[in-house]
Amino acid sequence: MPGNGREEMSRATGIGSDRSAAVAVAVLAAAFAIFFILPFAGLVDRALDEGGTWDALRTSEARDALVLSLWTSSVTVVLAIAFGTPVAYLLARGHFPGRAFVDALIDLPIVLPPTVAGVALLTAFGRRGLIGEPLESLTGYSVSFSSVAVVMAQTLVAAPFYVRAARSGFAAADPQLERVAYTLGASRLRAFFRILVPQAGPALAAGIILCWARSIGELGATLIFAGNLQGKTQTMPLAIIQAFEGSSLGLAGAISLSLFLLVVALGVLVVFRLVAARGGEPR
Amino acid sequence: MKQRNLKPARWISLGALVMLATVFAACGGDDGVPHATPTLTSTTPPTLRVEGEIVVFAASSLTDAFKEIGKAFESENPKAKVTFNFAASSALAVQINEGQPADVFASADETQMRVVSEKTGIEDQQVFATNVPVVAVPKKGNAVQSFQDLAKPGVKLVIAGKDVPIGRYARDIFAAATGASGVGADFSDKVLANVRSEEANVRGVLTKVQLGEADAGVVYTTEIAAAANDVRAIAIPERYNVIARYPLAVLKASKRIAGARAFVGYVLSPAGQAILAKYGFGKLPAVP
Repeated sequence: MPGNGREEMSRATGIGSDRSAAVAVAVLAAAFAIFFILPFAGLVDRALDEGGTWDALRTSEARDALVLSLWTSSVTVVLAIAFGTPVAYLLARGHFPGRAFVDALIDLPIVLPPTVAGVALLTAFGRRGLIGEPLESLTGYSVSFSSVAVVMAQTLVAAPFYVRAARSGFAAADPQLERVAYTLGASRLRAFFRILVPQAGPALAAGIILCWARSIGELGATLIFAGNLQGKTQTMPLAIIQAFEGSSLGLAGAISLSLFLLVVALGVLVVFRLVAARGGEPR
Repeated sequence: MKQRNLKPARWISLGALVMLATVFAACGGDDGVPHATPTLTSTTPPTLRVEGEIVVFAASSLTDAFKEIGKAFESENPKAKVTFNFAASSALAVQINEGQPADVFASADETQMRVVSEKTGIEDQQVFATNVPVVAVPKKGNAVQSFQDLAKPGVKLVIAGKDVPIGRYARDIFAAATGASGVGADFSDKVLANVRSEEANVRGVLTKVQLGEADAGVVYTTEIAAAANDVRAIAIPERYNVIARYPLAVLKASKRIAGARAFVGYVLSPAGQAILAKYGFGKLPAVP
């Protein structure tokens, strides 16, 4: 009957499209993977090819950029932990008016392009900014073009990654355990450090790593808000841009700095995976 | 850097670049409004109409003038399409030498033209415009009132990177002024100590001054008009100042030599020169 025939036909095409779907999935996935591998392959290939690639890492530009990136990103992480942990705790455990607003506010820099963060920082803390102008006229001090501005840019862009991870970690912890601690006479602070932090440990570690990696890579906000000066505000990504635009570091310098950051990033990912594997998913 | 063969990976990235270039070219608008009436008394008459795309890599400071020249050229050659890439000449030189498909290079100094001519190769180069560096200061500020003030302690100065033409010119000017009467033997050191940021191109310097972030910056005269509401110019004494010379050339690697030559001819023609003059560029130096 026509009905049966149609059924058989559709079953047949169903099997056929299953196979072609599988092929399509495999081809698309392979193309995607190749697209992700090629740029890094190109970087490594070129770095091996160019003479003096590693010498570029010994120039004062590269060294200053490395040192600046390391210490500013470390300060950023410390600031994120010091100020972000209470925020994360309140978001996970507290009930207060405007909680949803704060939650969204923390997520904003993650979604926004960093260049927007840079312009926003300029309009607030720049020499003609909301806070920047009165601050300079009162004290004569301005953050413009200083390493402080670099840390501010990195903190605005990177700290939300820590706060988000920490919030999820605290939210996933068992509140019952804290209550038990209180009944046993532990103070809130003691319960936080002895009960909550160990439970949220892997999430906190993951957040710290993400925050640090993001601040090492910060470019747009720093370039706009802090400017570009060797040893003061020229972090590694800025040095790479500068090298690409014809600075004495040259293309070889840009490539070797990029390769260096790639190796660091790979190391960070490995650590991240190990931490996540030890304590379950961070989020 | 040693010579190397094209590997498969290189071909793929080349292909991707070509695709990108095509997409960008397709996105460009063409309003076809004639902006200038080109005269027929041009010395290099672009009588032969050219067609197709012409990719012009030009110094940041040429942005406004070249956009207008591009439109005028397109109205004379309706089937041609001029696509611009504006950036610091030093950045453009790196891009060209990395194989970016460009037909014409217009540099803000002869150094970067040499960088390209040594690696990629150019046809004859010609200086087509000149420009005069000035000190730009925000209208609302009074930290810098004269060229000499650049050495005052605490002045926040912004210049371009040392390979960017205007950044190099600025450093040359500070060096030339050093030791001159009334300026001091350590003028250049003092001024360079005031540098707070090295920008990627002249527009970056201008923006920092316009925002009031910088107390002063060294830019070209032609840039001041773009920010005339917020920025004023302080002239650099002529005896220290340099005149920026802009060379222009067709790249040997160009696949559209005819179109590229026609565009260069148009820039050098009285019509092209008139547009450049309108934007404040200096006249061609007298040919010896």
